Amino acid sequence: MAVVRLRAPLSELAGGRRELQLDGTTVVEVLRALESEHPAIAGWILDERTTIREHINIFVNGERGREDTALAADDRIHVLPSISGG
Amino acid sequence: MTELLVGTKKGLFALQGDNGGSFEISARAFAGEPVEFALRDRRNGRYLACVTSAFYGPKVFVTDDPAGEWEQAEGMELPEGGDRALVRLWTVVPGEEDGLLYAGGDPGVLFESRDGGLTWELNKGFWEQPTRPEWNPGAGGMCLHSIATWPGDPSRLALGISAVGVWLSDDGGTTWRHGNDGLVARYVPEESREGTLTLCVHNLHRAPSQPERLFMQFHGGVYRSDDAGETWVDIGTDTGLPSDFGFPLVVDPEDPDSAYVIPLVADMDRVTPDGRVRVYETRDAGATWTARGDGLPAADAYLTILRQAFDREGSGPGMGLYFGATSGDVFGSNDAGATWFTAATKLPPVHSVRVA
Repeated sequence: MAVVRLRAPLSELAGGRRELQLDGTTVVEVLRALESEHPAIAGWILDERTTIREHINIFVNGERGREDTALAADDRIHVLPSISGG
Repeated sequence: MTELLVGTKKGLFALQGDNGGSFEISARAFAGEPVEFALRDRRNGRYLACVTSAFYGPKVFVTDDPAGEWEQAEGMELPEGGDRALVRLWTVVPGEEDGLLYAGGDPGVLFESRDGGLTWELNKGFWEQPTRPEWNPGAGGMCLHSIATWPGDPSRLALGISAVGVWLSDDGGTTWRHGNDGLVARYVPEESREGTLTLCVHNLHRAPSQPERLFMQFHGGVYRSDDAGETWVDIGTDTGLPSDFGFPLVVDPEDPDSAYVIPLVADMDRVTPDGRVRVYETRDAGATWTARGDGLPAADAYLTILRQAFDREGSGPGMGLYFGATSGDVFGSNDAGATWFTAATKLPPVHSVRVA
């Protein structure tokens, strides 16, 4: 299982949990599993196209990840808003 | 006591005040987030806010107390697995049936709620318009910003979209047709204007006491329709306006010959003309316009007033008028625009103003 780490406000939508263990072989599978477990978060990270929103960054073990990035057991996924401004 | 809901670049502000004085901030919500639009549904007292987070996308939230907790509405999304995503929500308008609300957004989409805004459904008839692949956005996106209901008749609707013109329905939104005859897209080459769909409507309002009459602020042009939006006549040329470019529009519900606009210089210079802030009023259906600026900044004031940042309270000679600017100033009038006062200053850039 991958370990997903969230910050506010996403963690609040996940029932106050900042870290969750979720099944999935790709980033998008894990994010869909997150939505399934916590429906309130649906639409906040993935849009209707099942695309990661433009200003959300996904890091897998510290490297930038995309929807189709493959995952192994115990991979660490951070979901972060992008840094805006100067 | 008047309550204003002011959507800004940095959150929603509820302001409260009395005749002619400065308003006090009674609540702030969605701190730091762009609030494109907010209103209070006077039928049930519920507040609705359209919030477009740069990170997390557009959402609608509802509450009974703007200073309390807000609940995210459900269903405000495009069909899953498609090639488009909802970009922004521009307006929410009460419908002509109990609990019915409409919402308009980018990319040119209409939503309906039948439970007062808690859950929403995409209007499929409009979403599946066959010409949709040919539609073009305006500078602010493909925004469905104007929804004109027909008092007492839920079957009749008019929509305004930048830049896809006017759309009309006579069956409550099941089927739709264009209502663009008479509109002139000066920004399109003359030889390409005939039949163009790229019609940049900036605002559209119906005169409630004569519902077949509508007023429109266009992207270069002010228009009136006397046949429910089928055809349009120019009321912005040689009628006393300093410019026929602008965004906000208000009508006096008591007087079908009335409309108010706030002209800006032009599309390439979107500020109040001559450094003066003036609202323009017609009481003869657009034959003539009169400047109403007593009490508004009269010099060195280059303000931008956005599409949804102008609203009214009541009707007739005592009608309240309120508008906000991207400067963060909010102005009000208690006498239908004859005189004005400053209601608030130093707010974040104002996106919308609605009287609660």
